[in-house]
Amino acid sequence: MPLIEIHNLEKTYIDGETETHALSGVSFNIKEGEFVAIMGPSGSGKSTLLHILGFLDKQSGGNYFFDGQSIDDYGEEKLANVRNKKMGFIFQSFNLLPRTTVLNNVKLPLLYSGIKENLWQAMAEKAIEQVGLTHRLNYETSQLSGGERQRVAIARALINNPQVIFADEPTGNLDSKSGGAVMEIIEALNDNGHTIILITHETYTAEYAERIITLKDGLLESDKKVEQRRKGAALSFAK
Amino acid sequence: MSSKNSFKTAIRGLKTNKSRSALTILGIIIGISSIILIMSLGKGAEELILSQVRGLGSATIIIEPGRRTQGPSDFGSLFTDSLKDREVEALSKPSNAPGVEGLSPMVVLSTSVSFENEVDSFMILGAAPLIADIVDVYPETGQFFTDEQAQQLSAVAIIGSEVKEKLFGPSEALNQNIKIKDKVFKIIGISPKKGQVGMLDVDNSIIVPYTTALKYLSGMNYYHQILVKAKSEKIVPETVQDIEATLRELHNITDSTKDDFQVATQEDIAQRVGTVTSVLTIFLAAIAAISLVVGGIGIMNIMLVSVTERTREIGLRKALGATTKNILTQFLLESIILTCLGGMVGIALGVFFSFVASLILSRMVSSGWAFVISPSAIALGLGVSAFVGLVFGLYPASQASKKSPIEALRYE
Repeated sequence: MPLIEIHNLEKTYIDGETETHALSGVSFNIKEGEFVAIMGPSGSGKSTLLHILGFLDKQSGGNYFFDGQSIDDYGEEKLANVRNKKMGFIFQSFNLLPRTTVLNNVKLPLLYSGIKENLWQAMAEKAIEQVGLTHRLNYETSQLSGGERQRVAIARALINNPQVIFADEPTGNLDSKSGGAVMEIIEALNDNGHTIILITHETYTAEYAERIITLKDGLLESDKKVEQRRKGAALSFAK
Repeated sequence: MSSKNSFKTAIRGLKTNKSRSALTILGIIIGISSIILIMSLGKGAEELILSQVRGLGSATIIIEPGRRTQGPSDFGSLFTDSLKDREVEALSKPSNAPGVEGLSPMVVLSTSVSFENEVDSFMILGAAPLIADIVDVYPETGQFFTDEQAQQLSAVAIIGSEVKEKLFGPSEALNQNIKIKDKVFKIIGISPKKGQVGMLDVDNSIIVPYTTALKYLSGMNYYHQILVKAKSEKIVPETVQDIEATLRELHNITDSTKDDFQVATQEDIAQRVGTVTSVLTIFLAAIAAISLVVGGIGIMNIMLVSVTERTREIGLRKALGATTKNILTQFLLESIILTCLGGMVGIALGVFFSFVASLILSRMVSSGWAFVISPSAIALGLGVSAFVGLVFGLYPASQASKKSPIEALRYE
């Protein structure tokens, strides 16, 4: 059973009298453990697709099954719960809380998880260790570089050990070096069994994935296996 | 999400905007402190009046002539002469009113008093020796007049400390003769400084036997009041009934609404005073409460700004698993914590200002003015501020919680 299964997914935005079709019928499956990149020019509907897949938005047509269950069966509370427990999000603009320490930013999802508070510290420290920021534990996020901020966001995304991590242009605001470091971490997460769904418009970044789905004008243009995956380790050694 | 963490989150939210939070609660601080101040002053005034009323002792019953007016055209004063010697005699009989320990007919008038060249106007109280007991005006120097002296219409007087000061200055007053109206009275006692006792300004009064006052000073045949002392506080209600029955029988009254006299206990008077002052206090507090509404609107305004400003934060929290309820709770708590904080500062300021006011009033109005803060005023202050936070925080909080995560994340 695929983790993610979409059939004829549509999304239409209505602004006054103009209708915008962001998605006009997209279908594919993603298995657990896959690393998929979604590509496409701006306006192709890739962000909209990610939002729907990540339970942040609802489709206006078609079906979406997550873990075998239709999204239409989920109530508001259940959606929030799945977002918290089974999904992690990495955004282009990091979306960290300002004037808040690395530790507290990473702990944020735990606030809504129902996990006992005495476990939080260890969980947060472990997640921060995974992204190599242990030395920045009590720094405020404003004191960090862009690459470090994105790594904090990754630590936050993986703290609840989610099944799937959604990354929306995670390297878009970073220079190539820190972007590479971020991609390495994401790659490592995939190696650990996390399903990764990555949105990017750079072919270079997309090639970390094992499969690239390309959208154009709200339609699926191509769905290809990556012949030669980019390996982070090779990249970092090359530099 | 545990309530402890909800609190932490809300407080963290407020801390990021310290000065704005502080300014926002100014309205609440002013409102709550004025309510505390007004309630404290009201309570202080009430206690002062009550302590003066109670100065007569709780076993004291006051009988006054006339009846309560039943309407604008009804003249209760028509019966001002309903208390005479006949009534005093009847009430003195233990068979009529067994609870009566003693009574003092009262003649009250204000007239000029002179000693040598000094002339001044004072309150003259014609009373029985029992008054010394009721009002507690046993002379410091000299003595009170006796029942025999009262029977014999002796022209003797007990003067208050202010009267002594005004007529005699530092020189000796005891055994001197003073002229009240045109009658010469011998001073046999000087009462100590007492201040107000149950509406009587003892220090500025001269007490003479009621018999003498009736005959030589008022020139009437009726009394202005009869003060009755019951044997104990417990039997006051029965004694009141006995007095009413006796007087009604004497005056052939069958319908109690046609009474030509009024009987009041200390408790009645205290209650009446209490009602008046609490109505006043509530009225003033209600005016002060208007500033709380204004303050509340300020809170709502700032919370709405904060919700807009933090759209991205709300979106992020939702993306990370916060439910609508979590967000609602967070913003509602923020505004409640804000107003409660304002409430606490307001209470502290209110208590401080009340204390200062009571110091000033005790100098200017009466030394009996006490600093009173009722716990109910503090509870009310806290309750009201929490309520304001809840009411005025609800709308911004619901606006915040309704934001869709994606709309919120996209917001620039």
